[in-house]
Amino acid sequence: MIEVKNLTKYYNNFCAVDGINLEIKKGEILGLLGPNGAGKTTTLRMLTGFFKPTAGDIMVKGISISDNTLGVKELMGYLPESAPLYHNMLVYDYLCYVAKIRGITGEKIDSRLKELSELCGLSNIMHQSINELSKGLKQRVGLAHAMMNDPEILILDEPTSGLDPNQIAEIREIIKRIGKEKTIIFSTHILSEAEATCDRIVIINKGKIVADDSTQKLKNYAASGDSLFFSLYNLNGDNSFADEVLKNLRNVGSNIEIVKKEPLEKGLVSFEIHTNSHDSKYSGDSGSFIKDLRKEIYLKIKETDWIIAEFKRESKTLESIFHELTKGN
Amino acid sequence: MKQIINIAAKEFKDYFISPIAYIVISIFLVVTGWFFFSTFFLFDTADMRNFFSMLPIIFSFVIPAVTMRLFSEEMNIGSYEILLTMPVSFTDIAVGKFLAATIFSACMLFPTLSYPIFISFIGEVDPGPVIGGYIGSILLSGAFCAVGIFASSLTRNQIVAFIIGSAICFTLTILDQLLFFVPSSITEIIAFLGADAHFQSISKGIIDSRDILYFLSVIFIGLFGTYIVMQERN
Repeated sequence: MIEVKNLTKYYNNFCAVDGINLEIKKGEILGLLGPNGAGKTTTLRMLTGFFKPTAGDIMVKGISISDNTLGVKELMGYLPESAPLYHNMLVYDYLCYVAKIRGITGEKIDSRLKELSELCGLSNIMHQSINELSKGLKQRVGLAHAMMNDPEILILDEPTSGLDPNQIAEIREIIKRIGKEKTIIFSTHILSEAEATCDRIVIINKGKIVADDSTQKLKNYAASGDSLFFSLYNLNGDNSFADEVLKNLRNVGSNIEIVKKEPLEKGLVSFEIHTNSHDSKYSGDSGSFIKDLRKEIYLKIKETDWIIAEFKRESKTLESIFHELTKGN
Repeated sequence: MKQIINIAAKEFKDYFISPIAYIVISIFLVVTGWFFFSTFFLFDTADMRNFFSMLPIIFSFVIPAVTMRLFSEEMNIGSYEILLTMPVSFTDIAVGKFLAATIFSACMLFPTLSYPIFISFIGEVDPGPVIGGYIGSILLSGAFCAVGIFASSLTRNQIVAFIIGSAICFTLTILDQLLFFVPSSITEIIAFLGADAHFQSISKGIIDSRDILYFLSVIFIGLFGTYIVMQERN
């Protein structure tokens, strides 16, 4: 559907986007993640034809954006960050104007507006001036604007930023609903959002792609960094058995590391086990290791007279991957 | 072509949504009306020469006020991004906005058509200079609109756009009076660049192709400049 080849953008001497390669399939919901200033908005602006890339090219359905910008624009709906709409127009007038520009004519305008107002929940605000709307409502008008001509590709730049939790849930709901048929690319810096809505996540940092994989795989990768935390004590209150534990449990799994931790309660001895195979650099495929160790550890401890006071799995989330991949910023 | 009409229609309607249109039209009518009728009875002639002779100066300030928001406001609130990501070309945008501003200027001139009607009650009005004057006024406002749009495309600040636009329009207007500052070898070229002489020649009722060509050239240059600025920006 969309092919991005070696996309680069310089602002004077500052490199905002540095040679991005990306292929987006039809029907995918792609989340573009990254810290502030990573180049998310610049990338999206180049995808929509608002900015000309310094180097590289974008092909949409086989059409190169530099050859036929108008043709590509016709295939896309775009919601810029914080929906900068014409503030002095009425919602209805504005959407009519967009409909006309998008080539919808005559009676079809009204029927299309009706559909969109239902989809985006605009029926009550159709005759209000845009500058009277709250941010969330404006965002919804922007979404209606983006979907006006039923585009095959929808590009949304931080569609949920600055909204309250209810509005975020609504917008997400809309994205999911329309994402069943359309290709959607949206940027965000809220990780749980990407996790909840996207099929695929691309993380960029300093203009470069640092991770590009399906949401599930990235989650698995995060899970490989999980650790197990447990606290023990024995009946006679003597805690000198810590070394024995370390020795005993060293062999429960391959490639693991077990360390003594500061206990949370007095009279306990605490340990943490984590795997060594969690690379600090994301490579694309990894599984979950720690999950199965729980059984081994339990069985080992059962052989002794130690008592388990705490036993929990501490899971890493996408949050931690994001942090790992974009730190040093 | 359809997109040009869509954009022009939207921009034209926009003028009347905000109070700017009414303020600008009122100021224009008060100023021209006062200047015209305060001296009209002194000359004791039933023509509008006085009205048309001061129009270029007044337009130098009124037209940039009309056009200043066309690009600056869009860039300031960010709707420029929305406009450019819709399937419209730079030419559609520039020409659409230009048409809206020129039609608006024509609307501004429309109430002054009552002047020749009033004058015809007092004396015999020669229709030639009046018709020529109005044709000239439309051409002049078109040329100044193109200049104003170019100024507006340069900056996101409307006041700066107004000042740049007025400065260029005013210079074009008074260029004929600055001729003694330039070497004699190029006076003829400079004289041809001045807007006032071309406008006065049309408003005498003489429709000369050179004058029409001059105004069309200014319009073209202004819009082409806008096109280049837009292209540079992205």
